[in-house]
Amino acid sequence: MDLPAIWFVLLGILIAGYAILDGFDLGVGILLPFVKGDAERRLLVQSIGPIWNGNEVWLVTFGGSLFAAFPEAYATIFSAFYIPFMLVLMALIFRAASIEFRDKIESSIWRKTCDFGFFASSLLATLLFGAGVGSGMIGIPLNERGVFVGSFSDELKVYPLLVGLFTAALFAMHGTLYLGLRQQRVTRWTWHTWGLFLGCYLVTTIYTLVAVPRAVPNFEQAPWVILVVALNVLAIANIPRATRLNKFAQAFLSSSVTIATLVTLFSIALWPNLVTSSSNPDYSLTIYRASSSEQTLKTMLLIACIGMPLVVTYTSLVYWTFRRQRTVRPKMG
Amino acid sequence: MHVDVVSLSRLQFALTIMFHYLFPPLTIGMGVVLVYLEGRYLLTRDLVYAAATKFWTRLFAITFAMGVATGIVMEFQFGTNWAVYSRFVGDVFGSALAAEGIFAFFLESGFLAIVVFGWNKVSPMFHFFATVMVAVGSIFSAVWIIIANSWQQTPTGHHIVQMMRDGKPWFDSAGHPVMRAEVIDFWALVFNPSSGNRLIHTLIGAFIMGASFIMSISAFYLLKKTHEEFARRSFTGGLIFATIFSLAQLVSGDSNAKMVARNQPAKLAAFEGQFETARGDLSMIGWPDEAARTTRFKIAMPGMLSFLVHGDASKPVIGLDRVPRNYWPPVLISFAAYHAMVGIGMFFIGITLLASFLLWRGKLFNQRWLLRTFVFAVLLAIAANELGWMSAEVGRQPWVVHPRVEHDSAGNFALNSDGFLKYRIEEGLLTSKAVSEAINAQQVMSSIILFGVIYVLMFGIWVFMLNQEIRKGPETASASSSQTRWAVADVAGKLVDEVAITTSDGNRAAHSPIYTE
Repeated sequence: MDLPAIWFVLLGILIAGYAILDGFDLGVGILLPFVKGDAERRLLVQSIGPIWNGNEVWLVTFGGSLFAAFPEAYATIFSAFYIPFMLVLMALIFRAASIEFRDKIESSIWRKTCDFGFFASSLLATLLFGAGVGSGMIGIPLNERGVFVGSFSDELKVYPLLVGLFTAALFAMHGTLYLGLRQQRVTRWTWHTWGLFLGCYLVTTIYTLVAVPRAVPNFEQAPWVILVVALNVLAIANIPRATRLNKFAQAFLSSSVTIATLVTLFSIALWPNLVTSSSNPDYSLTIYRASSSEQTLKTMLLIACIGMPLVVTYTSLVYWTFRRQRTVRPKMG
Repeated sequence: MHVDVVSLSRLQFALTIMFHYLFPPLTIGMGVVLVYLEGRYLLTRDLVYAAATKFWTRLFAITFAMGVATGIVMEFQFGTNWAVYSRFVGDVFGSALAAEGIFAFFLESGFLAIVVFGWNKVSPMFHFFATVMVAVGSIFSAVWIIIANSWQQTPTGHHIVQMMRDGKPWFDSAGHPVMRAEVIDFWALVFNPSSGNRLIHTLIGAFIMGASFIMSISAFYLLKKTHEEFARRSFTGGLIFATIFSLAQLVSGDSNAKMVARNQPAKLAAFEGQFETARGDLSMIGWPDEAARTTRFKIAMPGMLSFLVHGDASKPVIGLDRVPRNYWPPVLISFAAYHAMVGIGMFFIGITLLASFLLWRGKLFNQRWLLRTFVFAVLLAIAANELGWMSAEVGRQPWVVHPRVEHDSAGNFALNSDGFLKYRIEEGLLTSKAVSEAINAQQVMSSIILFGVIYVLMFGIWVFMLNQEIRKGPETASASSSQTRWAVADVAGKLVDEVAITTSDGNRAAHSPIYTE
C-alpha cells in the first residue's frame, strides 16, 4: 500500500473511532427526552460526563489529520459545506455547555434548558454528520481546481437527509446499548431503537443500491467486500439476541462492529475519491490528487505510530476508571 | 462601506480567536498551580492545600469546558473560511495541528476526567499524576499551535513547489502553475526562527494570567474577610509566581523584539511607529499617522530602540520607508496594541514588586487599596495576553504567511534598487488572497452573527458560573469528613456517591420507567 492509501485507511479508523465513541454519547443525548424526571436525566448525562470530551477529541484529531494528510480535500469539504459546518460548530458548543454546566446551577428551569440543549444539539450534530456522509456518496459539483461551485441548495437533497436520519437511529441504538452496558438497563428501549434502526437501515440500503451510482462498482471489483457485508449483517442481527440474553457487553460490541463495518463500506464505496465531483468525474479529488507530500505523510505516520498507542492507553484508563458508575458505593471508613 | 469575504473572514477569525483565547491561558496557568497545590498537599497532608486544589479544580474545569467548546471552531475555520490558505500550507501547517490533537488534546481531556471526577476512584498518587498530565497536556497544545503560528511568521523547513496532478505538473485553467508549500525538514519547521521565543513569551503570559486570576479571587476573599487562611496562601503563591514571571517576561519581550527586528522589520517598525530608517527612539506614547508618515505626540527615549535592537544607540533601525506601501501592516493598531501590552507588562512588574516587598515586610494584607487593585488586575492580564496576540497577528499583515526578508552576507538587510527590503514574495501568501473561493459575504456575515450571539451567551454563563463558585468558596477544613478516601469531602465525590446511593436503591429503580430489570 502506498502512503496516501495508508492515510485513507487511518482516516477511516479515526472516523470509525469517532463514530463508535462519540456515537454513543450523541445517542444518549438523542434519547434524553424519552426519560421522565430530573433524577433519571441527570443519571443519563452523568453516564457520559467524564468521557464525552475525550470522545470528541477523535473528531478534532480527524480534522487535523485530514488537514495534514489531504489538505485539498480538507479545504474543499469545509468551504463547500460552510453553513452545515457552522451549524455543527454551534451544536457542539451548546452541547459542551449543556453537559458541563447542567448540574452547576440550582434551578429546574436551567436544568430543563440544558437538557433540551443537550438533546437538540446531539440530534442536530448527528443529522449533519450523517448528511455529510450522504453527500459524500452522491458527490458535490466541483470545478477543475477542486473548488465547490454549487450552492447550499445543492447540499439539501433527499439522500443526505435520509442518511442523516439513519445515523440518528444508529446512534440512538448505540447510546441505548451503552446505557445497558453501564447497567442502566433499558431493555425496552433497545427493542424500540433497534427496530427503528432496522427500518432506516433497510430503506437506506435499498435507496443506496438503487439510486446512488457510486455504491456498487467498487464492490464488484473486490469480492471480499461480501465478508464486510456479512459481518455487518451478523452484527446487527446479534444485537437483539445479546440483549435478550442480557449480554450487554456483547450487544454494545455488536453495535460498535455495525458502525465500524458501515464506515468500512462507505470508505470502499468512496475509494479512491475523498470528494466526488458530481459535475464532472474527472474533477474528483482522489487521495492521490489531494494528498500532502510523501515526506509529510511519512512524518505524520510516525506521529500516529507514537501517538495512537498512547491515546489508546489513556482512553482505556479513563474508561476503566469510570466503568459502572451506577454501582459505585460510597467508601465508608 | 464595502464588506467583502476577506474583511468579514478576518473579523470572524479575530472574534473567534480572541474569545477562545480568554480560556487557554487561564487553564495553562492554573494547571501549573494545581500541580503545585496538590503536590504540596501530598507532601504536607495539610488540608488547606487539599481544599485549595479542589476549589481551583472546579474553576479550572469550567474554564476548560469553555476552551474546548470554542477551540473546536478554530480548527475547522481554516477550512471553512481560509481554503486557499489551507491548500497552500496544509502540507506544513496541518501536521502541527494533527500533532496537537494526538499529543495534547487526548492527554488533557482524558486525564481531566480523572482530575475532576476521580477523587474517590483512584489513589491520591494517581490523581496527582493525572493533574500533572493535564498541565503537561495544556502546555503541549500551546507548543504545537505556536509552532504552527510561528511558521506563518517566520517560515523555514519547507520549499514552494508546483503541485503534481496525476503524475504531471499541475497548471490551473488559466495556465498558472499551482504552487504550495511542502515540508523538507520537519525539525527546521518546528524550530523555526520565532517558535522558541514566541512559545516562551506566550507561556509566561499565560502563567501571569493564571496567577493574576488566583490573586484576584484571593484578594476578594481577603477584602471580604472570608476563607482568609486559604486566601493568604493562594495569594502568596500567586504573587511569587507573578513577580518572577513578570520580570522574566521583560527579558523574553526584549528577546522577542530582537527576533522580530531580524525577521519581520515592517512589524517592528509598525510597533514603534518608525516611519523613517534612522536612529530608533523608544516611544512611550504616540499616535502614528500613516497618511502623513509620522508619529504624532511622540514621547520617546532617544536611541533606546537602536540600543535594544542592535546594542548600539546610534545604529539606524529599519523604518517603514524601506517597505513597499502595499506591504505595510496597519500601523496604528499594531502600535497601540503593542504599546498597551508593554504598558501593562510594566505595570505588572511595578505592582508585583511592590506587593512582594510589602509581603516581606509583613504589611501586605493590610493594604486594602492594593488588594482592591489585585482584584481587578486580572482584567489587565487578560487584556495584555489578547493585545500581545493582536500585535503579533496584525503586525504580520498583509501576509497570512510572511515571506522571508533577504539579508546580505554581512547580516544586514539587502535592499533592491528602489531602496526597499527584498521580500521573497513567492514564499509568502497575502491574506487578501487566502480566503475560500466557495463562500460568499452573506454566509460569513451570518456565521459572524451566529458566533456573536453564542459567544455573548457563553461568556455570560461562564461569568455566572465563576461568580457562583467564588461565592461558594473553598470548603473549609473543618467540614472535612473521614468517609472519603481523601480526607476532605469534595463536591464531585459527594455528587457521585449521592447518585450511587439513590440509584443502587432497588425501590427507586423499580418505579423508574426506564429500568426494566
